[in-house]
Amino acid sequence: MEVNYQTVKLLSLLYVPSYEALLIAGMALVTFATRYTMIALLGRISVPAGLLRALRYVPAAVLTALIVPALVIPADETLALTWRNANLVAGLVAILVAWRTRHLLFTIVVGMGTFWLWRWGLTFIGGSL
Amino acid sequence: MSHRSSTIGHRLSAMNHRPSARSEFLSGVGAMLPLLVGVAPFGLIFGALTPAAGLSAAGAMAMSAFVFAGSAQFIAAGLLAAGTGPWLIVLTTLVVNLRHLLYGATLAPHLRHLPHRWQTLLAYVTTDESYAVSILRYQSDDESPCKHWYFLGSALTLLTVWLATTAVGIAAGQAIPAPLSWGLDFALPVTFIGLLIPHVKGRPTLAAMAVAGLTAVAAHRLPNNLWLLLAALAGVAAGVWAERIWPSLDQPSD
Repeated sequence: MEVNYQTVKLLSLLYVPSYEALLIAGMALVTFATRYTMIALLGRISVPAGLLRALRYVPAAVLTALIVPALVIPADETLALTWRNANLVAGLVAILVAWRTRHLLFTIVVGMGTFWLWRWGLTFIGGSL
Repeated sequence: MSHRSSTIGHRLSAMNHRPSARSEFLSGVGAMLPLLVGVAPFGLIFGALTPAAGLSAAGAMAMSAFVFAGSAQFIAAGLLAAGTGPWLIVLTTLVVNLRHLLYGATLAPHLRHLPHRWQTLLAYVTTDESYAVSILRYQSDDESPCKHWYFLGSALTLLTVWLATTAVGIAAGQAIPAPLSWGLDFALPVTFIGLLIPHVKGRPTLAAMAVAGLTAVAAHRLPNNLWLLLAALAGVAAGVWAERIWPSLDQPSD
């Protein structure tokens, strides 16, 4: 059988070196463990009421921790509390819109619109972050 | 015509009364769509940088499919490129993903009635994004018995796009013109704002948010997502502490 070059090239796309396979298996295993442990554990034992009460604050705490640095630390490593920071301006507008309208899609459209408009406007006054 | 009106009637009744598994799944898909704008650039970049990290095309796809954790994958690619040994990469992956313990703990009370295979499946697809949209669905007041379908719909949408963008990134390589320069990644925090703000009620929650935000900024130089874990824990502690100062005032629903 004639082995043509295209077939070999396609088959080589499916090849995972054993070193990589082991590494990925290890990463997949520890990642799944972090995701599964609490679901399995707290699904079987009865959870103390105090812990349940504390856990109600996790979503708000995690989301705020993801939001705030994205607004005030836009470029690498530097805190930018200035109107030249488009992330901060657009983020504050988005917070206001989300609070007043409680509408997700509207918040995203206005937030991204403000962000792009602000960046575009800054190019005219020669400002860079 | 009659067919059309009956479909609309069906949808209305599904919305007003008990949402079906199908309608919950589709709502979950819809809830993930805005987040995809912010996630897609990272999938493209991850795919594009894997050859430089020495990963095979199939290996990169397998990582997106089985690890399915953006920041851990980026860090692993960086460590591989730097010639780091596998044990240290696996250990780093564990540390990067420790925040999932918190997500799992919050999700667990809502998932405990589900069969084991559902718990396993939903654990596997838990990410920052699917956790954010699903936990808010779980905390909403209606007593839908099918909220796990919402979780699954949102998570599988993310997984599909994560795999697709990884593949496109691998295929296009460096030909992709720096997707982050458009600022599409800003769609992630904006979506989180739109998800979170309408659910905020009560002074303890505001205290938790203030402390979490300040801690995240103060600790942002900590490596391996430890800043996020620390900020979340500090926020939770602040919320619990504030509850004692302002007891029985409006507290978050569970």
